[in-house]
Amino acid sequence: MAAMVEIRDLRKVYAGGFEALKGASLDIEEGEILALLGPNGAGKTTLISTICGITLPTSGQITVGGHDVVHDYRHARNLIGLVPQEINLEPFEKVINTVRFSRGLFGKPRNDALIEDVLRKLSLWDKRDARIMELSGGMKRRVLIAKALSHEPRVLFLDEPTAGVDVELRRDMWETVAELKRDGVTIILTTHYIEEAEAIADRIGVINKGEILLVEAKDNLMTRMGQKELRVELTAPLTALPEALARFDVTLSDEGCTLIYSYDTSADRSGIAQVMSALNGAGLAVRDMQTKQNSLEDIFVGLVSDKEGAA
Amino acid sequence: MNWGAIAAIYRFEMARFFRTLTQSFVSPVISTSLYFVVFGAAIGSRIDEVEGVSYGAFIVPGLIMLTVMTQAISNASFGIYFPKFIGTIYELLSAPVNFLEIVMGYVGAAATKALFIGIVILVTSAFFVDLTIQNPLAMLAFLMLTCLSFALLGFIIGIWAGNFEQLQLVPLLVVTPLVFLGGSFYSISMLPPVWQTITLFNPVVYLISGFRWSFFGLADVPIGLSLLAITGFTLLCLAVIWWIFKTGWRIRT
Repeated sequence: MAAMVEIRDLRKVYAGGFEALKGASLDIEEGEILALLGPNGAGKTTLISTICGITLPTSGQITVGGHDVVHDYRHARNLIGLVPQEINLEPFEKVINTVRFSRGLFGKPRNDALIEDVLRKLSLWDKRDARIMELSGGMKRRVLIAKALSHEPRVLFLDEPTAGVDVELRRDMWETVAELKRDGVTIILTTHYIEEAEAIADRIGVINKGEILLVEAKDNLMTRMGQKELRVELTAPLTALPEALARFDVTLSDEGCTLIYSYDTSADRSGIAQVMSALNGAGLAVRDMQTKQNSLEDIFVGLVSDKEGAA
Repeated sequence: MNWGAIAAIYRFEMARFFRTLTQSFVSPVISTSLYFVVFGAAIGSRIDEVEGVSYGAFIVPGLIMLTVMTQAISNASFGIYFPKFIGTIYELLSAPVNFLEIVMGYVGAAATKALFIGIVILVTSAFFVDLTIQNPLAMLAFLMLTCLSFALLGFIIGIWAGNFEQLQLVPLLVVTPLVFLGGSFYSISMLPPVWQTITLFNPVVYLISGFRWSFFGLADVPIGLSLLAITGFTLLCLAVIWWIFKTGWRIRT
């Protein structure tokens, strides 16, 4: 089956000449949660804005549910709910009216039961007659989500949904996202909190400087994160790996001064004892040793700096 | 056509109007009354008649036009500028609506508000002067066309404006002078011949003249020309809006 969202060679050059997207391609499957990670200015918001119709692509193609977002925008946008990063709300409006307005804009008939359900889920029902300006920042963010959900989208974009949000609300939001996923809604969220991607995403994409550097199932990334390194500093440098150590996953670095042994923490045996006795057997003197765990952050920083180094 | 969206925008805009009903309703009533006190009673007592119509009654069509034009422009320009200013425009851009539907929602609401205020002024006037309307249908048609075309102009201004100052610029520096100099409070025939010719370059003259004709059967310019002018102006605004729609000017980056 075709992907829910297909992005092909998407380029976006703004009027000032800034190239925000440099040929991004990405498939997002129906019902998955994709987290887009990237530093500020990486192109996350531009990517979402282009899919949703707020900015026009310079070149490339995007389809949502098989509908081209430029030529068949009505069908495409009918499927899309957008929660923007900035809190853009009319301050004098009542919560319930602004949510009803969103549903109306999508041409859906009035449905009070559905609006009530959405507001209750987001703990906004008691505030339905309050004016937007009376609400706290977190509440306003919930209103933005309620507006997006009011027209029953099949694809939901959350642009930095938890930026500046307290821990409790963040948990609530994750729960809401999980519930939407159970209903089969495809969810794309951008974040620069790695823990957030870890907590809720099925797949994680890394974007930097307008390019998508990697898209991988979170579990695969987690396996890579489960890898640990044992670094052994030697008193004297080696020119080659001793015979006794060759059968282990050991490499030589720092001009022969350091041995690095990679192992899997989830395996039954780490193999550290064998490596240590092999070291003794080879008669190598150890100055110091340390172990280090890979994190998503390392992978992320590695990817971003690799690219920069190559450029 | 996404009629639901047009209705949603229309209702939302009208709700803003009703929320500020006192302001929307009381201010035209007070300003109309003031005009009658100053022009009707103080000055009008010295000008007894203009072409057979009492001066107080003569200024009613011009007074209505003055308010309707400025209200239609300010309501429509504010209606579309405000979402741009506070950022809620994202919703319009990402909804399954086209530009025509957005225009119909905002311009329709702005024209309705202006029409409402025009009628309020008409009713208020009836308390001060004896009014007869010779062609009520023509009067309504002129009024509605003026509301519509100036709301379209307001919409264009709202899209164009980059700040609140620019939003006020056109109504203040262009429309108000044109209306005042367009024979709202006098007949063009009262002017010296040179100024009569110059005045004919003012497009508002044709609207006020046509509108006044529908009341008293009097006109500075032929009624056919007035109709042509208002239709032409409406078409011009529609053409500009169509161009904005085609190019996404000042809306989509």
